[in-house]
Formats: sequence, C-alpha cells, structure tokens
Amino acid sequence: MSEYIGLALIAVGLVFDLFGCVGLVRLPDVYTRLQAATKCVTLGTCLILVGSCVCAGLGPTGAKALVCMLFVLVTSPTAAHALARGAYRSGVKLEPPVVVDKFADAQAESEEA
Amino acid sequence: MEGFLYIGLGVLVVASYLCLYRIGRGPTPPDRTVAIDILGVILVGFCALLSLLTKKDFYMSVAIAWALLSFIGTVALAKYLEGKGLDE
Repeated sequence: MSEYIGLALIAVGLVFDLFGCVGLVRLPDVYTRLQAATKCVTLGTCLILVGSCVCAGLGPTGAKALVCMLFVLVTSPTAAHALARGAYRSGVKLEPPVVVDKFADAQAESEEA
Repeated sequence: MEGFLYIGLGVLVVASYLCLYRIGRGPTPPDRTVAIDILGVILVGFCALLSLLTKKDFYMSVAIAWALLSFIGTVALAKYLEGKGLDE
C-alpha cells in the first residue's frame, strides 16, 4: 500500500518538474522564468524525495531522502532570491507590461534620504 | 514499479533537455544561470529515482552533496553577476 502512495507522490512531482521546465523555456524574461521554474521545480523535487522516502520505508535511504528534501527546501528559494538580485543589479530590464518596480523606488528613496 | 521508475527517469531527462535549451539559447547571462540552478535541482530528483531503482542508498548521498554544491555554485554565480567579490 505505502508503495502506491509513494509512486503517486513521485508522479505528481514529475509533472511539476516537467511544467517548471516548460515555463523556463516559454516565458519571456529572466524574472518570470525564475519565478515559474524555481517554484515548480522545488515543489516537484521535494515531492519526488518524499515519495522515495515513503517507497523505501524506514532505513538509510528514507532518512537521507528526508534530509535531502530539507536541504532543497531551504537552499533553492535562497539561491533564487540571490539570482534575482544579481540579475537586477547586472542591469537586466523589466519587460514593458511591468508597471510597478518597488525595488527601484526604495533605492531612490534611500538615496534621497 | 520498475517500468514506472524508468518512465520517471525519461521525464526528468526531457526536463533536463529543456534546461539545456535555455542554457544554450538564453539571451543574457542571468538566463543561463537560472537554467543551471534548475538543472541542479532536477538532477537531485534524478539521483533519488536512481536510488529507488537500483536499491543502493549511496545515490541518495550523491543527491545530498549535489544539492549543497549546486546551491553554493548558484550563490557564487549570483555574486559574480552582481559584479562583486565573494567576500562582500
């Protein structure tokens, strides 16, 4: 029974991974690509790791899968945040449909003060 | 179970090729860096599926090490994009 639950979790995770990568190819600029890919792929990989923990049961493989899930859950959004900041600082412009840029506003305010 | 795991590995290979397309074509350096980061996270899932398929638990250790190294590499590349040294 637990094997089927694990395989179902892995299947959902695979779908999320695939759609995250489709977003990485299809979306127009760096920030939208980063948003789509990071969210979908983080959730997808975490579901794959939880599913393999459920499939493998208690033991070295399952414990390592849980530890690895914790690392991915902590490090992937942090890396995405650093990347978005690096992309903005390196001068990548926001695409025309974007109307609000609060980071630039905050920087202008802090320079005035 | 084995057939399903093989299908899963195939899906992850397709996802990796989509990332490689973005690494090759990405118009700006941040695009390529994003794709490299995502490729690392996908390969962690690939290692987990390999560990289930072969019933060897050292693949899971590879996945842990890969997750941490991919994070460090991405943060270093982000700092490089910002135009700063690593100690600032």
